[in-house]
Amino acid sequence: MRKWGSLLLAASLSVAAISACTSAPTDTAGSPGAEGASPAATAAGRSRLDMVKERGKLICGVEGTIPGFSFVDPSGTYSGLDVDVCRAVAAAVFGTSEDIDSKIEYRNLDSTARFPALQNGEVDMLSRNTTWTASRDAAGGNGLEFAPTTFYDGQGLLVSKASGIQDVAGLAGKSVCVETGTTTELNLASRTKEAGVTINEVKFQDSNAAIAAFAEGRCEAFTSDRSQLAAKRTSLPNPDDYVLLDVVMSKEPLGPVTINGDSRWYDVVKWVTYGLIQAEEFGITQANVDQMKQDPNPDIQNFLGVQGELGSQLGLPADFMVHVIKAVGNYGEIYERNVGSGSELNISRGPNELWTKGGLMYSPPFR
Amino acid sequence: MTQSTDGSEKIPFWRDDRVWRIIIQLIVLGVVLLIGSILLGNMFRNLAQLGRQFDFGFLRNQAGFNIGETIVPYQTNDRYWWALVVGFLNTLRLILVGFVLATVIGVLAGIASFSDNWLLRKLNVFYVEIVRNVPLLLQLFFWIFVVFYSLAPQRNLSDPPTPLLGRGFINKAGMFVPWPANTTGDWLALLGVVLGAIAAFFIWRWRIKLMETAGASGKPQQWMLIGLALIGLLVLLFGMKWETPTLGENNSITGGLRISLEYAAVLAGLSFYTGAFIAEIVRAGIQSVSKGQWEAARALGLHTGLAMQLVVLPQALRVIIPSLNSQYQNLAKNSTLALAIGYPDFFSTFQTTQNQTGRAVEMILILMAVYLIVNLVITTLMNLLNRSVQLKER
Repeated sequence: MRKWGSLLLAASLSVAAISACTSAPTDTAGSPGAEGASPAATAAGRSRLDMVKERGKLICGVEGTIPGFSFVDPSGTYSGLDVDVCRAVAAAVFGTSEDIDSKIEYRNLDSTARFPALQNGEVDMLSRNTTWTASRDAAGGNGLEFAPTTFYDGQGLLVSKASGIQDVAGLAGKSVCVETGTTTELNLASRTKEAGVTINEVKFQDSNAAIAAFAEGRCEAFTSDRSQLAAKRTSLPNPDDYVLLDVVMSKEPLGPVTINGDSRWYDVVKWVTYGLIQAEEFGITQANVDQMKQDPNPDIQNFLGVQGELGSQLGLPADFMVHVIKAVGNYGEIYERNVGSGSELNISRGPNELWTKGGLMYSPPFR
Repeated sequence: MTQSTDGSEKIPFWRDDRVWRIIIQLIVLGVVLLIGSILLGNMFRNLAQLGRQFDFGFLRNQAGFNIGETIVPYQTNDRYWWALVVGFLNTLRLILVGFVLATVIGVLAGIASFSDNWLLRKLNVFYVEIVRNVPLLLQLFFWIFVVFYSLAPQRNLSDPPTPLLGRGFINKAGMFVPWPANTTGDWLALLGVVLGAIAAFFIWRWRIKLMETAGASGKPQQWMLIGLALIGLLVLLFGMKWETPTLGENNSITGGLRISLEYAAVLAGLSFYTGAFIAEIVRAGIQSVSKGQWEAARALGLHTGLAMQLVVLPQALRVIIPSLNSQYQNLAKNSTLALAIGYPDFFSTFQTTQNQTGRAVEMILILMAVYLIVNLVITTLMNLLNRSVQLKER
């Protein structure tokens, strides 16, 4: 009897070992971004880019609750700078600017859910205020790939006017509301330590609960990215009771993110984002894009796919930038419409101005 | 001859269900090992692909984040493992006090459902039905945003706080209540009270024994008990140096104990929620005691209260305690919702650590182990308690 048992156990264990071995290659071939393990699999066409094309829809992870960046109105329509980046990528991949929202599935992800969703392949890309940091980019860290920054931000402080807080040192002994799961938590700890003050931190997982507690007066200050604070301030019951301090606690470069190890897909997201900046530099807008195709400048002709093969090199239609610009406009237009002077937020361009005008927005050449 | 009959009558092994029982167990074991090895192999392969190693060494790195309220010292540059311990102690403080409050609320509400008082009975139904049928997260939001924030109506933390029953204060940072100052005299007084309680327990046993064996009235002992109780109360009230919170300059409050509003809200939410379930368990337990026991108790001349206390409740406990166990476990697990309203419990420090280190697999294992151990401890203790109230057959 015992002999039978051990025989069976041995048999099942060997089956386990074999199946573990055999399942390996199929596994890696099936999972996205497996290029590092088997380059052959990628050459055979197993990039996210092909998956998105086959599916016919781009699944884009956004935040969904920040006016100006990504916000859902009651009718379910998305708007904002981050959302326009999703639209730009979809327009490039599918080669169309018609009814682009039908080609996109938006997923609202909070700061704790965003990375698992990307790593599990639930979303193709993130376009939601995610700060580019070394540990998030590193393969041994979060293993992400950051496309060019679409918004240079910094962490700020929103305080109630009545509290009389002027700077970080003024936070001594005060309560500060923070959203957990972000870089803000660490920056706040570092800056207050630097200033030699102790504060009472109240942390929330959900930015809505955090802002509600702040509005109730639980905290004298609320910290987050300055863009987000400007957006949240407009949603408070009495926006004039609060002031956004002229304090920048950190560098927060925000931009789209893809998973590490899928360079074909990463290149698409990267160059579409650069394309938005380049289009502004060329002066190509939603209104004049068709006209610009006749422009004699060979750089512009390359850029718009009139000649050259930039598109096919990226695995995209030759005139992908034409569709992108028709769908959302150039970077400047996106900025003004969502967060700039054309919006309620009215955030000045600042570092988000083009490099030709003294800002940080710079695209490598399209040639 | 015996040898041959034994040989021919021996049941063949495929018809022996003792053999089959073991074979089936082995098959199940094999399947479990198979699935387990596939899953683990998959995980290690994926981790290797991402260039990571399965390693708990990161727990020795500097945490670098703050924790809003702590019962033990914690600083920003302490290690991750210490931050997790601090968070765990916050959780422990929540669930231990929660157990006591939920039990008191549940038992009172459960007994109230048998009250002769119509209003009390209806209020109890109202409480149990509403609280049991509303999601806990919603209730936590209700407690913090509606109850506790409106108890402290000032818009700003530097506004004067609201007095609390004349003895303490409440503002948005928390409730400030009188609390014993940490002096030697206090500890001696507390020790005295504990000794008194132990003495009272023995006097009570002595009294019962005298009444049962000698048929004594027990009056002298009763007076002794009352005397002890009075002395204990006096010592607690006046012997200890209670520190009343006082309002200083700039509306700062010193002295006494600060209970943060987040803690109070989570505690209230968990206690009332679990209390409603316990109330139903207590009601069912009491109903499980046969009507004859009530009638017998009445026939002995015991009024409702005494009949409940002496006859019905001890029998009902046998039904109540096993179900109580799972309610305590629920409370321990539900405490993770504290993060939603800003109380820094274990789950909250876990979330931050996981997010800062990107060590999802290791952290999830720690999380599961911690809550598993907590629940196993609760179960063990409840099983011990259960054994002590079961019917002892002699």
